[in-house]
Amino acid sequence: MSTGESRWSAEQVLALAPDAASRKAGAKLAAPGPWSDTGAGRGAVWGQCKGSGSRPYRTVVDVAGGSAPGYRCSCPSRKFPCKHALGLLLLWSEGAEAVPDAPGSVPEWAESWLDGRREREGRELRKAAAARDGERAAAPADPRAARRRAEQRAARIAAGATELERRLEDLLRGGLAGVEQSGYAVWEETAKRMVDAQAPGLAARVRELGSIPGSGAGWPSRMVEECALLHLLGRGFLGIDGLPEPLAATVRSRVGLTVESAEVLADRDAVVRDDWLVLGQHDGEDGRLTTRRVWLYGLRTGRPALLLSFGAAGRAPELTLPIGSSVDADLAYHPGARALRAVLGERHAAPEPGGVPPGVGVHDALAAYGAALCGDPWLEGWPVILADVVPVPVGEGWQLADAEGDSALPVAVTEATRSRMWRLAAVSGGGPVTVFGECGPRGFTPYTVWSKRAIPLTVADVGGGAA
Amino acid sequence: MNWNELVGAALLGAERRTPPGGSVAALLDAAAVETVRRRAGLRPAAAAPRPEPAPEDSRPPLPPAAARRLALLLTDRPGAGGGRRGAAPDLAELLPQWLTAANAHGYRAPAESLPALLDAARARTDLRAGALTLGGPRALWLARLNPDWKFALRGGTGRGVEPASGAAAADTAGPDEAAARRLWEEGLFAERSALLVSLRRRDPAAARELLASTWSAERAEDRLMFLDSLREGLSPDDEAFLEQALTDRSRTVRATAAELLSALPGSALAARMAVRARACVALDRTSRSVRLAVEAPYECDAGMQRDGVSPKPPTGRGERSWWLAQVVEAAPLDGWSEHLGSRTPAQIVALPVADDWASEVHAAWAQAAVRQRNTAWARALLGKPSAPVTAVPGDPARLLTVLPPEERAEWAAEFIAAHGLSEAFRVLGVCAVPWAEPLGRAVVDALEIARDAGSYPWSFSGVMGLAERCLDPAQADRLAPLAAVPDEPEGGSPGAGGYWAEAFQRLVATLHLRATMLAELDPARGGPAPGR
Repeated sequence: MSTGESRWSAEQVLALAPDAASRKAGAKLAAPGPWSDTGAGRGAVWGQCKGSGSRPYRTVVDVAGGSAPGYRCSCPSRKFPCKHALGLLLLWSEGAEAVPDAPGSVPEWAESWLDGRREREGRELRKAAAARDGERAAAPADPRAARRRAEQRAARIAAGATELERRLEDLLRGGLAGVEQSGYAVWEETAKRMVDAQAPGLAARVRELGSIPGSGAGWPSRMVEECALLHLLGRGFLGIDGLPEPLAATVRSRVGLTVESAEVLADRDAVVRDDWLVLGQHDGEDGRLTTRRVWLYGLRTGRPALLLSFGAAGRAPELTLPIGSSVDADLAYHPGARALRAVLGERHAAPEPGGVPPGVGVHDALAAYGAALCGDPWLEGWPVILADVVPVPVGEGWQLADAEGDSALPVAVTEATRSRMWRLAAVSGGGPVTVFGECGPRGFTPYTVWSKRAIPLTVADVGGGAA
Repeated sequence: MNWNELVGAALLGAERRTPPGGSVAALLDAAAVETVRRRAGLRPAAAAPRPEPAPEDSRPPLPPAAARRLALLLTDRPGAGGGRRGAAPDLAELLPQWLTAANAHGYRAPAESLPALLDAARARTDLRAGALTLGGPRALWLARLNPDWKFALRGGTGRGVEPASGAAAADTAGPDEAAARRLWEEGLFAERSALLVSLRRRDPAAARELLASTWSAERAEDRLMFLDSLREGLSPDDEAFLEQALTDRSRTVRATAAELLSALPGSALAARMAVRARACVALDRTSRSVRLAVEAPYECDAGMQRDGVSPKPPTGRGERSWWLAQVVEAAPLDGWSEHLGSRTPAQIVALPVADDWASEVHAAWAQAAVRQRNTAWARALLGKPSAPVTAVPGDPARLLTVLPPEERAEWAAEFIAAHGLSEAFRVLGVCAVPWAEPLGRAVVDALEIARDAGSYPWSFSGVMGLAERCLDPAQADRLAPLAAVPDEPEGGSPGAGGYWAEAFQRLVATLHLRATMLAELDPARGGPAPGR
């Protein structure tokens, strides 16, 4: 990439923050005061930040990296990126006045780290390319041992699924009315059994079950739904040999038998090249893990895709794609009856500003969700782009109504969607807008709205919006 | 099988009654089919009545860099993090002046920032007027949908500060008089208040007539607020209306009307008060040296009460001194010169006063000087800035507001040079931002003296905070040397040098940030990426 690479926007920078506290701390450092010897060039940004100690911290960020930016800072913070890296990037995003272009004068300490990093990256790229081209056919070291391991795991999961079936039947024998008192421990214990059975997908669903009895009015109905879907999944895995392959793949992934990204990318038939419009992003916290979901829309193929990226606590997931931009890239879909999850392969160009994506009305959105469920009944949500909808407040909740006609989609009521809907309503001003979100069993969950340009609604989840 | 039947059977349990299908496995099978069927077959809901679209806002959008700055300032909540502040600027404290500057350019807020803007204004009343002005008609439209933002509609925002001139109100009032009248008769309180304020600025008489047209039908608290907005552009033309308000049903409305009338030295009320005041304060003919004799009123008659004199003193205050104060406060200051032997205000203030009445009379004159915006009297009462602090009657900060900005800055600079920073906070608070020279220099010098004296910076955190917000950003470079860690002075507090360096670093960083954020608002400069 060239040194004259365009600077990022503040939103892009803030999206890198591992948590709200870092976002704030970084914003505070985005002032010239504590900084000295700042510069940008050769795809990197660097500077020295005066901290509480006598020696300033040395901060350098690699912004030209292949898939994700790289950070290096001499501060002791365990956050990643640290507030100094965020502050420096924010300052850089303001323009050449704040951080001048100086490709000719990269300080030594920054250069040595950059060189090392670039070299490593090059090595990895070559390795990945080699793995894809030549060595794909080459089998793993010991194919028989690998197959044996896979069979053992499948048998363990099958045993877990059988036990789960038994527990579900016991539950319905005794009746759901009793579970409100039995508490969370029962479910936690069952979930642990599923973890032991190496079926993390089943374990996660069981934990979800545990939270339903306390979830307010209508919980028995939701409980029966989730029990039934879990039953369907267990039965599906136990009878997996009789399923058509795409559905079998879906069942395997739902149970928790995932396919490695490299393996997905290695399958040439699964790769789709397109101009992918970045529809939205959402970071979910799950105790020790941050899961970033990024939704894409193929402008030529019309296909939706979902990218997942993970980060340990305190670290932002590495994947960053500016919302609303479009990127010419290869995408490989995970196998399944309703392919959605994908892996980002080679990017053929840097992201460019994208337009407003084409959308559908409420009726077609629900039809798309229904069709997707036929392939994957365990779907929690299906990405849809609604065009010409108006946010309408209804009591404590919201709906998105077609601008013409009398159809509307209820918005799922959660703390997060509440603050997002205020942002959405503010942008719409009562007029029709294009909205990206997920259709799910509890309603629509919005992520992005377009008003000339894409405006992420998820920013408001932290800090802004009426609590 | 019907879904409710399935749920009922699951709740009850197969042990109590055989489930439909004959077994729990069959029940689960059926529930699975039904769950997927129900989800896949979701039908659209019926659309509820859509809200009226928000009115157009024709003001220009913020330059992109300024829009990002606003988002950053809004994410910083006061009190977040707690503890020592470190060397980084306090962003939340810069929000008020950012809003003032953005509104001076006439921008509108980015729609997506309105919820955060309204939340911030809900939490901090000092932001309300500025936030609602920037938010404009769409902010009011949005606030109507959310009970949390009721404050935006109920108004009371513009008091004392720059009033919220809701752009909607201003726009509709401009070209179309009928629309203005309709808004006045049917609008929300905030809209009506904004309309009145903006009309008062353009055409004071029209505003007064608009208010008079519905006056008797307004609620008492609304009358009070509306009456208060006549403070701006007050002129003798308002006298008849105010005189009529002296007979209002509400006591607070009467008192406000009287106060406004007393700010008009030519009004009949002011003349009546002048007669009463002269009866109380006169040159003492009996004394050999020239001095003032004071004879406080013996009663508060009906006429005085009608003119806004409150008969009941607050606890701890004598009746007669209370009445005296109110009479002297409301009497026109310019009349005293003629009454007291053609003396100048400074000469009058210098006269000795008989029987310990000096502080009462001087305090009342100070009140009058503020109310009547009388510069000569304010100057006389303030006296020399180097005089002892106790020599100024009343609050020097309030008297200062009457002086022109440059004179204010000069007085404050001398005051700080003479008394240091410990008494300076209120005085500094009324000086125009950014501080004019020599004031900025005086504050920085005083801070340096405090540091060299070996005290800790947090003893001066109030003044330091003010300096961050009010010093001219051009001072930043001059301050840079102070941000270095100095040698520990002898007898100084341990570690203080480091903390001072940090405090000065924050000061310098804040000044830089202020310069940047003001430049971002400049439409000619636009910001680095106008395309976005």
